[in-house]
Amino acid sequence: MKFGIAVFPGTWSDRDCAHAVTLAGHEAVMLWHKDTDLRGVDCVILPGGFSYGDHLRSGAVARFAPLMAAVAEFAAAGGLVWGICNGFQILCEAHLLPGALTRNASLQFRCEPAALRVETTRTPFTATCTVGETLSIPVSHGEGRYVADEATLDALEASGRVVFRYTGESPNGSMRDIAGIVNEAGNVLGMMPHPERACEAMLGSADGLRLFMSVATAMATA
Amino acid sequence: MPRYIAEVVVALKEVVNDPQGLVVRDSLHHLGFESVSRVRVGKHIEVELEAVSTAAADAAVREMCEKLLRNPVIEDHRIIVREAAPA
Repeated sequence: MKFGIAVFPGTWSDRDCAHAVTLAGHEAVMLWHKDTDLRGVDCVILPGGFSYGDHLRSGAVARFAPLMAAVAEFAAAGGLVWGICNGFQILCEAHLLPGALTRNASLQFRCEPAALRVETTRTPFTATCTVGETLSIPVSHGEGRYVADEATLDALEASGRVVFRYTGESPNGSMRDIAGIVNEAGNVLGMMPHPERACEAMLGSADGLRLFMSVATAMATA
Repeated sequence: MPRYIAEVVVALKEVVNDPQGLVVRDSLHHLGFESVSRVRVGKHIEVELEAVSTAAADAAVREMCEKLLRNPVIEDHRIIVREAAPA
């Protein structure tokens, strides 16, 4: 399976994502923000970082990159898109996911392990997990407080689109402790925590690697 | 063509928690400004542009707000347009 990893100016988690994809036994190709060709990938990862310096709002400028037009088209056709941290912020700004990510309630940048409860396995990203299990995956952000209006939150819950929730102390004060959501079709995931940083037990947790492997397993059986 | 300066104030919607505003409010209380009941922190963006009229400048900036300057999911905005002083 081939994962495409978007690289914007200011992206820094691209190489970590490529490393995770390789560890999972798959191929990673880098996708430059000025390109419009997705090079035949099966899944696009929008990695973490500070695309375009996070100027104005996180993800607000990246949304208009030439690559994002191709990603939106790819997503509309059912292609898998996985936004991690800054990638989640970009997906919200691009309206590929509802809501927005705002300043952490603590006003602090939080870089620490987070406990995530898996809320659904009806996504390719969590297909090999178990509902209710807890994954240890670190967060690393200053603007990860998920915000949406009550109607949107209710709709997300009712349709099983909340994929991950923080258990225990929330690192950012997200509404309803939301850490990750999918779009209506289930092919676009946005999450604040960094699974690519939890791929080797030596570094504290290998739970993140399971998500990369899950995507490949789901694709193979689709 | 006449030049205009548009002042755009972008702020979080009333329903969105503004932790920066809360910190500033608390700091003001500590400084003795006890009469302060509420503080909201936002952004001030100045846009200088050419347009045929004030109305046209206003319309252009309105479109800029919809596309980029604010996130309609969480932010409200106000625009004040004035003619730029001749250079």
